[in-house]
Amino acid sequence: MSIAHATAGELLAGLAGGSLTSLAIVEACLARIDAENERIGAFLSVDREGALAQAAEIDRRRAAGGPLGRLAGLPVAVKDNLCAKGQLATCASRMLANFRPPYDAHVIERLRSADAVLLGRTNMDEFAMGSSTENSAVQLTRNPWNTERSPGGSSGGSAAAVASGMVPLALGSDTGGSIRQPAAFCGVVGMKPTYGRVSRYGLVAFASSLDQIGPFANDVAGGALLLEVIAGHDPRDATCVDRPAPEYSRELDEPLAGLKVGVVAEHFSQGLDEGVRSAVEAALEVYRGLGAEVSDVHLPHAKYGVAAYYLVAPSEASSNLARYDGVHYGHRAAEFENMIDMYARTRGEGFGPEVKRRIMLGTYALSAGYYDAYYLKALKVRRLIRNDYDAAFAQVDVIAAPVTPTPAFKIGELIDDPLAMYLSDVYTLGANLAGIPGISVPAGFSRDRLPIGLQLLGPAFSESRLLRAARMFEGATEWRRRRPGN
Amino acid sequence: MSRTFTRDDVAKVASLARLELSEAELDEHAAQLGRILEYVELLDAVSTDDVEPMAHAVELVNVFRPDEPGESLPRDAALANAPQTDGRYFLVPPILGEV
Repeated sequence: MSIAHATAGELLAGLAGGSLTSLAIVEACLARIDAENERIGAFLSVDREGALAQAAEIDRRRAAGGPLGRLAGLPVAVKDNLCAKGQLATCASRMLANFRPPYDAHVIERLRSADAVLLGRTNMDEFAMGSSTENSAVQLTRNPWNTERSPGGSSGGSAAAVASGMVPLALGSDTGGSIRQPAAFCGVVGMKPTYGRVSRYGLVAFASSLDQIGPFANDVAGGALLLEVIAGHDPRDATCVDRPAPEYSRELDEPLAGLKVGVVAEHFSQGLDEGVRSAVEAALEVYRGLGAEVSDVHLPHAKYGVAAYYLVAPSEASSNLARYDGVHYGHRAAEFENMIDMYARTRGEGFGPEVKRRIMLGTYALSAGYYDAYYLKALKVRRLIRNDYDAAFAQVDVIAAPVTPTPAFKIGELIDDPLAMYLSDVYTLGANLAGIPGISVPAGFSRDRLPIGLQLLGPAFSESRLLRAARMFEGATEWRRRRPGN
Repeated sequence: MSRTFTRDDVAKVASLARLELSEAELDEHAAQLGRILEYVELLDAVSTDDVEPMAHAVELVNVFRPDEPGESLPRDAALANAPQTDGRYFLVPPILGEV
């Protein structure tokens, strides 16, 4: 069996059956990284020695018949905004270029206790702000399907790593689409769980009421397994819901009988690429063929989503990023006149253009005289957007939608037009505003061979339903089997 | 709430945000933020009378936990990433003028 592009399930079966060792898997991943990472730029750093040692240790424990975790021996990559004790967590920012967190994020603890092998850290838009990974202060990441194209963002490194077969599983974070959009652009599975399903403890904060950590995988089952490992209560994140996490993998292959799929007319308005439109329409046909009932639902406030989001998210960001002041950790300017000047220069030097833009926008929206007109107004519209989803999910089980208006755009295409870049998040950010889960599954290709994703949205805590619905689609189509370069 | 976003506005907001911007950045932000603020005026069209603002996706109230002392971060770990420290404290420039 070829290890690159094997699914998590295939690798685990090989490990359990004795045809594979964790060491062999990790060596294969490292070989793939050696061959591809210079071209793709998915990883910021690779913990070669640590991963090999961990793999050897797990192989020894397996040989000795000892107890093993759910991911025992499987390599996992993590986005560079997740804290792992003693390892650089730069958020692809000059501000945190030398920052080594003194503790593990909750999800890192969970990966360790599941005996996952922590392979390395992936590139991202600085502080997760962006939709193309071009805002990384460190390096460019390229789309494995076409290196002139963006992998999406902000979790572009994680998506590209999985898509190019460097690692079977990866973690990202999704504040406005930052898992689902790169998953769609790179042709892999990516899921944003319900807000509160996964602890944000140890996730470097961008917009705290929107941020959520989630899985990338090369099939739905891999995503379900990784979510199962990271989901669940953690008292260190007060917004993490105290509600047991189901075993998502267990019922994954059972089709949902009588599934009601909603389609939103507002999603098919102007600006939607024809290839994306026909892929989503074909996906609806697949569901009909599987016995699902497809019907229209409406999200009348969806058209206000981008405007509401780009007030709420920057407002929270401007507040969260106030902590980078050159005092406790991170960059400090070398020269300054006084304390205030030290803050201003430190931040002026440490942050890149998009982060500055969001801080400015948020500071303005929260400032005296504008708070009611911008921030408060956006929060009210946010409720109306949520109410729309509540009404829709009273009629249907899931909503099927595009992930993005177009397949992967070109590197450099939108970088000088921030508003155009923001508008590319139009289909994904509603789920963050409403707090509901969403998943992106491969659903076809454009005429120029770029992957297209299908997005499924469900009500809060419907991850199990979403994963099963996604698995039904995956099982009925061949899209998952296509890999870059073949 | 329609208004243009001037270079002076940018400078004022940057000072509130403790963010030093270059001359070129001031111009760039004035143009880009102006466009973004123009776009978000779309929200003016939405009637939001009697709509409760939604600050959070999961509207939990009063999450309690026992008030038990736990382990704190050891001092050396807390100081390990500090730009300047004397081994006991974070060091910052004088706040009340030269001493």
